[in-house]
Amino acid sequence: MRNTYIPYPVRIKQTRVETEDKQLKSFLFEFMRDEDAEAFKYMPGQFAELSVSGYGEIPIGIASSPTEGKDLLFTVNKVGAVSTRLHNMKAGDVMGVRGPLGNSYPLKANEGKNIVIVAGGFAVTTLRSTMNWLLHPDNRAKYGDITFIYGARTPGMLLYTEEWTAWQKSGQAKVCVTIDREAPGWSGLVGFVPTVTEQTAPNPDNAIALICGPPIMIKFTQPVFDKLGWKSDQIIMSLENRMKCGIGICGRCNVGPEYVCKDGPVFTKTQLDRLPREY
Amino acid sequence: MDNAAIAKGIREAAKKLLGEGKVDVVIGYAKGTVPMRDYPYFAYTPEEAENLTWSGFCCNNLALYAIRRPGRMAVVAQGCVSRNLVGLVNENQVKRENLYVIGVNSPGMVDRRKVQALFPGQTITEVEEVGDELIVKGVGFAEKVARKKVMRQNCYTCVQRNPVISDELIGGEGPASHGGNLDKVAAPWEKLGSSERWAEFQESFKDCIRCYACRDACPLCYCHVCFVDESQPQWCGKTQDEADVATFHLLRAFHCAGRCTDCGACESACPAGIKMRRLTMKIEKDIRDLYGYQPGMAIGAQPPMTLFKPNDPQDFIK
Amino acid sequence: MSSKILSKDKLDAFLQGLKGARDVFAPAMVEGKVGWAAVEQASDMLTEFSNTEMSPKDFFFPQTECMMRFKNASGDPEGMIMMAEPALARPRALMNIRPCDAKAFQVLDLIFVQDEMTNDLYWRDKRERTACIGLACNDPCPTCFCTSVNCGPHHEAGLDLLLVDLGDKYLVKVLNDKGAELAKDLPAAAAGDEAKAAELKIAAEAKITGGVSMDQVKSREVMELYEAGHWDRVQESCLNCGTCTFCCPTCHCFDIQDEVQGESGRRVRNWDTCMSWLFTMHGTGHNPRGTKKDRVRQRFMHKFKYIPVKRGGEIGCVGCGRCVQLCPVNIDVRRVVNDMNA
Repeated sequence: MRNTYIPYPVRIKQTRVETEDKQLKSFLFEFMRDEDAEAFKYMPGQFAELSVSGYGEIPIGIASSPTEGKDLLFTVNKVGAVSTRLHNMKAGDVMGVRGPLGNSYPLKANEGKNIVIVAGGFAVTTLRSTMNWLLHPDNRAKYGDITFIYGARTPGMLLYTEEWTAWQKSGQAKVCVTIDREAPGWSGLVGFVPTVTEQTAPNPDNAIALICGPPIMIKFTQPVFDKLGWKSDQIIMSLENRMKCGIGICGRCNVGPEYVCKDGPVFTKTQLDRLPREY
Repeated sequence: MDNAAIAKGIREAAKKLLGEGKVDVVIGYAKGTVPMRDYPYFAYTPEEAENLTWSGFCCNNLALYAIRRPGRMAVVAQGCVSRNLVGLVNENQVKRENLYVIGVNSPGMVDRRKVQALFPGQTITEVEEVGDELIVKGVGFAEKVARKKVMRQNCYTCVQRNPVISDELIGGEGPASHGGNLDKVAAPWEKLGSSERWAEFQESFKDCIRCYACRDACPLCYCHVCFVDESQPQWCGKTQDEADVATFHLLRAFHCAGRCTDCGACESACPAGIKMRRLTMKIEKDIRDLYGYQPGMAIGAQPPMTLFKPNDPQDFIK
Repeated sequence: MSSKILSKDKLDAFLQGLKGARDVFAPAMVEGKVGWAAVEQASDMLTEFSNTEMSPKDFFFPQTECMMRFKNASGDPEGMIMMAEPALARPRALMNIRPCDAKAFQVLDLIFVQDEMTNDLYWRDKRERTACIGLACNDPCPTCFCTSVNCGPHHEAGLDLLLVDLGDKYLVKVLNDKGAELAKDLPAAAAGDEAKAAELKIAAEAKITGGVSMDQVKSREVMELYEAGHWDRVQESCLNCGTCTFCCPTCHCFDIQDEVQGESGRRVRNWDTCMSWLFTMHGTGHNPRGTKKDRVRQRFMHKFKYIPVKRGGEIGCVGCGRCVQLCPVNIDVRRVVNDMNA
């Protein structure tokens, strides 16, 4: 039996500062051992514990898609001791990845449906994974229309610009990227995510919505979906809580009986409506 | 007045205060579900005030619950609790005008562990107080025990059984002390050299399980974030290793220097039976010797560690 | 399975037999307290005791446990790789475990080992390499309520052998193959001995009067229990200390921390407590269980609703009564559960 607390050793292949405030940095990892890469089978929506010896671990959503190959991409917000240390690490450095952890977006169970993705701020990471997975030639034909709504405060705070620009150009998905306020050089949409969602007016028929963002965005986006006639079991959200073990034991991330790390992080709104708002 | 009569007096006072709307809550003690464990109780209505009690088993320090509590409150206070209330007023954690003190002379509280130690392996089902005696009942036995024999150590050496402030005194004033010598608590330490002290200290705290009940039961520990909970930087490790356990207890003791009223709530709360007073009472003796100060004796008095005077003794700085 | 007989004058021989292959621990007087200690001979063991002050969960889940080590050599890629700690060197036996504490092992087995991913080798290895020998309670305490939480004074779950004190001898109930191996040299019990043990069981159960009712807790939805009014009163006096969680045989929450000293480092786990505000605090400053009420409620909901929902009706409480005895402000779990059920 494998000891699931022991991280797989990985080497940082590439880093990239993602945002103008330099708070978000992406890390591309390559596994040091082929068998670990083989064992790390994941789906969009899952996360992993990034492990920096001497500092600890942080749970971060996987931003890459398994369709992109064996390397793993994570975008990390600099908030605590581990993420601060991680931001100071550079290509070539060795660290650990433990996972994949948690459930994933129910993509396979919803083949044949239209997919609406709503992302706010840096919560877009696992939805980048989802988009790349959905748009992959092996998968694209299995789904109907794909709508990608994504907002950030300023153009400089938008992640993965090259990629969503490419999705837009490919015509494979409807891409609506917005910023909070007018900004010089920005010719795209302006307005908060809930407003843009309302304007986009995604149709609930034969569709699911994947929503991920800060609590305030979720709070104001939910009523929009209600108004458009969406049912709670069509709305799928991803939660974040403080975690340690990542495998449903250590007790801090639970929301009612559900462990965000193991039973989640992805829940339907129907599930969340029956749970305490401890997230 | 015996404890039963005082309890009645407390209930009457509480009912009046709540009935007349003078306070929102009366914080007192109620009878516990296990022997010798009366617990902090919050009465919001005259009916709830019927649950208030008074006994030799009131080992929590209720001043704790007054800290930054909004609204008007009455607090049942024996000597030490009143001293902590004074300390909290002086440290701006409690507004005197929002506080109504129901003062009581302390009979000296009972140390559960001492009582249990008299009946090794036996299950105590009930302990009754009759004057200066306890009647300890268990399966197949009932024995009398003198209160003095099983009193908490801090109650022996108490110098202030009467409340220092009270808006109403139930049962009148009683003796100020039980006759113990507070300075003697620190005496064993003073005979030891520094390495022996360290060994003694390690021995005293080796059973700590780091539940922080001592800190959480203490009315001095009202920091929004305790240093042991700080994570950036992390001052103190989280393990059971000696260094981490020692760091917690030493730093906490120093944070409390010149503020501790020796209420004994920490020792009563400790699930491991640790005698933290061995440490705190040495520190308080140093404060008395150096600054002639006893905490919580007067409104307006400032704890020496919060005050700088050019002529402060400083021989201990090496 | 079968029952055997262990005469009390043969207890030491039985213990020495165990010691041939295992380190043996049992309740003993440790500096004036009833605690767990390594035992050399039968006279080291307490036989007349209610229960140890702390639960024996730390034999499998130590309060501080090194999970892995690393070198802290900067720039050395090998140094950043985690090396697992070796498993328990010598098998162990725990003697005279009270049935409530053994039941707690079984509840924790369900939590620490769930599937391929949730597979806590630290817990599992120690469980597998430890023989658990119980001692039935013939005289439960007034704070015991095991019979109302899926347990009982002669409960057998989590044990390999259960001893029942019959006066001058023990009836030894063999509960599985591991137990059979341990008791293979003992003589078989007579039918009369088994009948006597059965009578003692009924008598012991009858002595437990202060139980809790769980029927409504079971049938009510999570949110109904969560939003009930009584939590406002339960939390009032709570100190938010960790006493209840640390003395509890089923509380299992932990923290993981890295520690570095010079060139070596280790990743350790330590018991943690849901009573601490820090436990759930996000890096951003947001706290999903930000109030004392949230935290107090979490502990009881976890034990009496969340675990039953997730673990097929098992309860995260075995009725040992330790928290009832040790809570500094007498928050009595029996009262709380009855309020949840009211």
